[in-house]
Amino acid sequence: MGARLGTLAAALAAFAALALLGRMLPNWLVLVATLAFAKGLVALGLVVLMRGGLVSFGQGIFFCTGAYAAGLAMRSLGLSDAVLLVALGGVAALVLGLIIAPLLAGYRGIFFATLTLALSMIAYGILDKTYSLGGSDGINLHAPSFLGYRPPSSQAVSYALFVLTSLTTVVAAALCRIHFDSLRGLLSLAARDNEIRVEYLGASVRRVSGVNFAIAALLGGVGGALSALSLGHIDPDFTFWTTSGEFVFLAILSGYASVAAVFFASLIVELVRSFSSQYFPNTWQGALGIFLLLVILFLPQGLGSLVQRRRRASAKPVRVAEPVPAESGQ
Amino acid sequence: MTALLETRGLQKSFGAVVAANDLSVVARRGERLGLIGNNGAGKTTFVNLVTGYLKPDAGRVVLDGHDIAGLAPRLVRRHGVSRSFQIPQLFASLTPEENLLVALGIASEEGMSAWQPARSPAMTAGLEDLLARFRLGEYRDHAIAALPGGVRKLVDVAMAVTHQPKLLLLDEPTSGVTAEEKFALMDVIMRALEGSDATVLFVEHDMEIVGRYAERVLAFYEGRIIADGTPDVVLGHADVQRFVTGMAP
Repeated sequence: MGARLGTLAAALAAFAALALLGRMLPNWLVLVATLAFAKGLVALGLVVLMRGGLVSFGQGIFFCTGAYAAGLAMRSLGLSDAVLLVALGGVAALVLGLIIAPLLAGYRGIFFATLTLALSMIAYGILDKTYSLGGSDGINLHAPSFLGYRPPSSQAVSYALFVLTSLTTVVAAALCRIHFDSLRGLLSLAARDNEIRVEYLGASVRRVSGVNFAIAALLGGVGGALSALSLGHIDPDFTFWTTSGEFVFLAILSGYASVAAVFFASLIVELVRSFSSQYFPNTWQGALGIFLLLVILFLPQGLGSLVQRRRRASAKPVRVAEPVPAESGQ
Repeated sequence: MTALLETRGLQKSFGAVVAANDLSVVARRGERLGLIGNNGAGKTTFVNLVTGYLKPDAGRVVLDGHDIAGLAPRLVRRHGVSRSFQIPQLFASLTPEENLLVALGIASEEGMSAWQPARSPAMTAGLEDLLARFRLGEYRDHAIAALPGGVRKLVDVAMAVTHQPKLLLLDEPTSGVTAEEKFALMDVIMRALEGSDATVLFVEHDMEIVGRYAERVLAFYEGRIIADGTPDVVLGHADVQRFVTGMAP
């Protein structure tokens, strides 16, 4: 219980620090951080999948589902509460995930990755040609309210969205950390290492993958809804393959050792993108590529491995293994 | 002793190769059976048929009154059948301790919660017991890749016994282990199983190991059983000496 409470306490402390920091940051940086955290949620879902040995190249489909669910609820149902819209976005993506999961459960490796990509591109094609959903132009959203509170200015809206995103982020990060440290979290790593042994031990690899897929879908939808509210606009590009590729980029950049690393990675990428697009508008993709190349060369396990290295360095040194111990008295 | 496992007319072919030819075996509760035979004789095929890795072309596998033939390994396990592997099947990115925790967690329904930490008091008690019984304490946090072959074998077997199986099949538990370590390894395994009424079937090529640890021996040749009895009787059988041990005059 102690470790879990510690994780939750750390999450709350992080949230308080972020909320305070948001007050001091310029509005543009608040917006960048909000987007980074929202996209970080999607990447966190990918990390959950990757721990179980699967990589989705089409996570944009859940990002997009969350965004469109929130946007359509605002436009068609008149809902404007951000908390409700984000929850709705998450639930819509979760439902889609639960529908898709059985179709993908039997696939692994490149087949799984390619199928997810194919599904996301089908969704892109449908949205691009469905004019009642805004077609390629998408949908514009107005500023949301927050549990009855209507921020008086656009700056206040940005801050309120930042606070909501930060809260969602730290709660998701804490829950994922608890999940990773649980036996079910270990089981995901085991399934990635050796599916046959997992089955021989009596667990279902399909179920492990299905649960991970559902978690990833939920996080994707929540991230999509938060991004949509933050940008005030959604379009089919939310499920375009480059968007999905960006989430894979973030997951590789962060690695799967640390949940905090996912959000650091996302923040770094958003900042690199912001500065690059301002100072090198035609080459910012190149800057991101070089950045990823450096990470793969020097931190192949991602930014999170820095935390892991520090933990290992403070743990007892590795001993040289000895042969099988003989029975005493033999 | 009452029968725990009964196979009736098990048949399995791979193209023209008959790997199991009308195999009918009865294993009694608590019995220690050694399976011997040359490479390709059908020992591992028999283990794979019983544990669900292979589906028989014909025949039945009855465990405790339930026909488990053709069930997936996961479902066979639920009936109380477990196995270890000739090449240890471990989770390479986890430590031995984590490997055992996964096995313990799967064996205990409550342990697979996403909320309970992996090292909960209940899991830790089971873990320490396993580490002590299999003498793995000092290797608990090593990398799997750094473990010597014998220790990997022990981890593999320890994972197989976490749910207290009724039937435990050990596929060549001493293969890849130095001659000096073989008896120490088998001693650790057999002592760890003391007090359990599990039926143990082990595939083995070393006749000294078979003679010392098996109560009964089944000799395989070309997918058939050519001898069944105590080690002395089977190892002295003319066909076994001719086709298996190569000691025929």
